[in-house]
Amino acid sequence: MKLTEKQIEVLEILENNSARIPVEDIAKMAELSKAETESILDKLEEMKVLVRYNSVIDWSKVDGHEGVTAMIDVKVAPKRGVGFDEVAQRIYRFKEVMSVYLMSGAYDLSVIIEGRSMNEVARFVSEKLSTLDSVLSTTTHFILKKYKHDGTIFEQNEDDKRIVVSP
Amino acid sequence: MKGTKSYLSKTVEELKPSGIRRFFDLAAGMEGVISLGVGEPDFITPWSVREAAILSLEQGYTSYTANAGLMELREEIAGYMQKSFGVSYSPQSEITVTVGASQALDISLRAILDPGDEVIVVEPSFVSYVPLVTLAGGVPVQVQTLKENGFKILPEQLENAITRRTKAIILCSPNNPTGTMLTGDELNAIAQKAEKYDLLVLSDEIYAELAYDGEYTSFASIREMKKRTILISGFSKGFAMTGWRLGFVCAPEEISQAMLKIHQYAMMCAPTMAQFAALEALKTGKSDVEGMKKSYKRRRNYFVQSLNELGLTCHMPGGAFYAFPSIKSTGLSSEEFAEKLLLEEKVAVVPGNIFGESGEGHVRCSYATSMELLQEAIKRINHFLKQNQKA
Repeated sequence: MKLTEKQIEVLEILENNSARIPVEDIAKMAELSKAETESILDKLEEMKVLVRYNSVIDWSKVDGHEGVTAMIDVKVAPKRGVGFDEVAQRIYRFKEVMSVYLMSGAYDLSVIIEGRSMNEVARFVSEKLSTLDSVLSTTTHFILKKYKHDGTIFEQNEDDKRIVVSP
Repeated sequence: MKGTKSYLSKTVEELKPSGIRRFFDLAAGMEGVISLGVGEPDFITPWSVREAAILSLEQGYTSYTANAGLMELREEIAGYMQKSFGVSYSPQSEITVTVGASQALDISLRAILDPGDEVIVVEPSFVSYVPLVTLAGGVPVQVQTLKENGFKILPEQLENAITRRTKAIILCSPNNPTGTMLTGDELNAIAQKAEKYDLLVLSDEIYAELAYDGEYTSFASIREMKKRTILISGFSKGFAMTGWRLGFVCAPEEISQAMLKIHQYAMMCAPTMAQFAALEALKTGKSDVEGMKKSYKRRRNYFVQSLNELGLTCHMPGGAFYAFPSIKSTGLSSEEFAEKLLLEEKVAVVPGNIFGESGEGHVRCSYATSMELLQEAIKRINHFLKQNQKA
């Protein structure tokens, strides 16, 4: 799919700014009118290029909502005709599953699971994931600390270190 | 016994302290200030560059380098200038690595000026030009540019300022504080005058990487101009490396060698770790610079259009990261405006008159700050304008 320069400009602005940025401001940044910007946004949504307006939340700071994230290496037996897609679909439909990637290398699918507790994740792996027909083996890695997520560094001192006025 | 004699040099005593100082003192003690008064990037130096400097320290590169700078760095600079701006300089004899572009400016002026030699400074200008000319024994001749002309010097204005004593002209494009960028044609017109009157041109190209509209032209790339050009640049703005204090100057061999004499006695060499950082910046920093440039351009578009909507008319600056709106509609002087805005709304801007008389009626706003803060600053300026309209 080939996008126009302005469509890419709008996407980059969205990617690098708060999801709450007003359309007027996007328009100014991209040197467009408000109407033009709105129609570009509609078009991008329609093409499913612009999929969702997301927020990055550091849940580890919120008592009672810390949660547990695990990355699971899954080896599967691909099926004739549908390859890995069918088993991937069976996995990503679980609401606990945040991401599923087909990987090159030592295993086939990388699955990211979020749960409320280690127990919950363990139960999901043993009861739901490893019991799927095509799944040959799973290796579960629990995430101990998130330093950087989706390009955003958590726990960083973001203070402006510049002097207030300089030539 | 109380002496009446002053131990200070007359030249220094008569030098005006920078007006920026007062605003710094005023703003420094306040909490919650949104600063648009900063003359440096809001980005931290790219990590690959910082990491290279750390590595150089770990490996023990803590001694002096050659006076003119690490040969490897000068070679990279030569390659970079050729590739980015189409100018070719010999790393052996025409490039000197300096402590920021400021030192480059200082040794350039000291290398070329005799007492009484005149240097044309295009106003509004960076605060250091006039004092540095004076300190080098020269006489600064200020030419005031107008908002109507986009703060560009007209060839006839330049010609009118030239006398028998004129030795050089200092150009800065993209400009601090106006953001104005001169086109190839406009530079050509200046080049013709330089040729006609046999002048040198000190071209301060520190903002060359931050040119947003159209092609950037280096003065030295104009036909026949390399021999008249002292090209000053550095890593501070484009590569977000202000605190490293690393710049460089390219000039014909004779001038370069004269500058090197001053540099070797007064400075010895630029800091070694900063030179290693700069080397990395040239080798791998191009994509970082491109990313920062895109980000500045978007913020410029947002900020300048928003200022204009508020009635603070502002030309679209072609480069750097400054907007230079007129505040004449408020009836306040630039100092009054800046001071009131700071005290009432906690937004720091720099009064235009600090950059020369022709800057009066304007303020310099740096848009090198986050979008969220720019949006908030626009809200506060809007509130300020409404409050002051009523009064």
